[in-house]
Amino acid sequence: MAILLEADTRVICQGFTGKQASYHMERAIAYGTQVVGGVVPGKGGSKHLGLPVFDTVAEAVEATGANASAVFVPPVSAPEAMIEAIEAELPLLVCVTERIPVLDMVRVKRRLEGARTRLVGPNSQGVLWPGRCKIGVMPAHREQPGKIGIVSRSASLTSEVIEQTTAARLGQSTSVGIGGDPVYGISFIDCLQLFLADPETEGILLIGEIGGTAEEEAAAFIKQEKPRKPIAAYVAGLHAPTERRMGHAGTVNVFGAGGAAEKIEALRSAGVHVAPSAAEIGATMRRASRGV
Amino acid sequence: MNIHEYQAKDLVQRYGVPIPRGGVAKTPAEAETVARELKAPSFVVKAQVHAGGRGKAGGIRITGSPAEVRAAADSLLGSRLVTNQTGPEGKAVGQVYVEEGVGYGHELYIAALVDRSVGRVALIASKEGGEDIEEKAAKAPGTISRLVIDPDEGFVSGSADALARAIGLAGVQVDKAVTVMHGIYQALVECDASLVEINPLVVTNAGDLLALDVKMTLDDNALFRHQDLEALRDQDEVEPTELEAKRFELNFVKLDGNIGVMVNGAGLALATIDLLKQGGGDPADFMDVRPSATRDQVAMGFRMLLDNPKVAAILVNVYGGGILRCDTIAEGMAQACRAHQTKLPPMIVRAAGTNSELARDILVGREIPVTFAKDMADATAKVVQAAKTGAA
Repeated sequence: MAILLEADTRVICQGFTGKQASYHMERAIAYGTQVVGGVVPGKGGSKHLGLPVFDTVAEAVEATGANASAVFVPPVSAPEAMIEAIEAELPLLVCVTERIPVLDMVRVKRRLEGARTRLVGPNSQGVLWPGRCKIGVMPAHREQPGKIGIVSRSASLTSEVIEQTTAARLGQSTSVGIGGDPVYGISFIDCLQLFLADPETEGILLIGEIGGTAEEEAAAFIKQEKPRKPIAAYVAGLHAPTERRMGHAGTVNVFGAGGAAEKIEALRSAGVHVAPSAAEIGATMRRASRGV
Repeated sequence: MNIHEYQAKDLVQRYGVPIPRGGVAKTPAEAETVARELKAPSFVVKAQVHAGGRGKAGGIRITGSPAEVRAAADSLLGSRLVTNQTGPEGKAVGQVYVEEGVGYGHELYIAALVDRSVGRVALIASKEGGEDIEEKAAKAPGTISRLVIDPDEGFVSGSADALARAIGLAGVQVDKAVTVMHGIYQALVECDASLVEINPLVVTNAGDLLALDVKMTLDDNALFRHQDLEALRDQDEVEPTELEAKRFELNFVKLDGNIGVMVNGAGLALATIDLLKQGGGDPADFMDVRPSATRDQVAMGFRMLLDNPKVAAILVNVYGGGILRCDTIAEGMAQACRAHQTKLPPMIVRAAGTNSELARDILVGREIPVTFAKDMADATAKVVQAAKTGAA
């Protein structure tokens, strides 16, 4: 079993007919993901990639029994698209859209409170269950079904980490890209809880970066829960100049919080094995796994 | 996007935040005129640069007469102000803001920001405002109070009241503080700012609250719906190469070292820079090629690396995937190298993921003199060596 995805995960794509969406959904279908249709307002009744297109999420759910959505809608309309899916009570939303205004995400996050929906992202690489299902924009390349649960804020590093855990003969149970935006859906802690409860996952790898306090919060959770599964981590940005924006909207230090050194220290003090560099993430996870 | 103090003050004033009277000037003569029109017993002349720490760096001058205002403006305008936030090269001062001097007692801190830990807007306040607020906050976290705002409810005066009392205000000043808090909250929401910060907020000798300095950061991702705010952008504040890079779908930050770096993805780029530093190398830039970049855009980015006279060696670290494939990077590199007139520096390429073999074929086929590395560790070791010796 994986986390977030199941054997009967049936996926629709919001913004289905766009260029990016078409490219990635075609690959998702080829990978074996059960894609059952798409939603594009005004294009209901047509077909795309051989699948039905609907005007609304509610109609798509009604007709296809979809229980997950890949959101590929441009930043201007992505917030309303997510809210529509939340109101339609879809259990899983994976939003890959980049550059959504942060106050729009504050509104979306408010709608998630008490809702049935779990949101992954925005600015997410997606969720990958090796060999079975993928929703998002990650390349399917060197992944291998296995025992490591990966949760990452960085899309580009995730590919690197998948390659390294495969090379270390650990493989992956599920890889989740929670995105690099300041306000987002499921967190490190949510994923840690899911991975800890997942019998297939034997070790957890957490990939963080400068900005925000998500790593510190994860460290506090680990310290308190003392989980029995080994946890390794890597935090990017130890040598990034401060006060500068390094590519992501989320990597600005406010009030001294968010430095890589502080995050690494917090994780170490919680007993997490922290990789000394990005080249040694797989090896660090392997060492952590042997220790148990 | 950052804006200048005078622009931020103008914005928050529209939302009811009291600020000292003042005006902006680009020449010493203009500064003197502003001062004469203000008719105040004393003046403050403030360098307008996008950086904190101006006071300690001599960027804020207190003067007595309009003639002294002119002299202060003359020494600031055209100079480079070096503060603890600007880096050693400092920031050019193109404008000064001239304000009436204000007598005050205590310095408070108050800000509205997007609090990432809760995913909501929060008001932050402290009775210990002024310079070095970060250090003060780190030493005594208890002096910082926070009010998280439910987006469905919006600003609630009763809760803001409690926040004002928490920073030591009482009586009529509580109401005045609530007005200021409401103002910065509204300014944040309506301007799509990620930060509106008043530091210091002072209690004047007359008992009024006044925002002596205001900093505002606007959300770049929301500027599409704020044409008027986009006009506040000061192009002189941005490194010219960074401005150029933005046109080519590149996230680019200029650094001081001699190893040119091109990576796809912000996280991988940060990790690559960390590896370089740990291996004794010194990156010349942070360049993250966005997934939607085309061959031409990659070529423009690579040309920027080749054109940087400090660059002694180049590292390209790409993990192809999604829409950006390794061959796009290789095509762009080849295009830039062919157009380059002078000697090429040693170039190390690590290409993995989608079409990495094709990228290798393209570079070899076009006789681009690159050295291939098998992984990140190998690539960084090779480029650090090449930057030291001049050969790969």
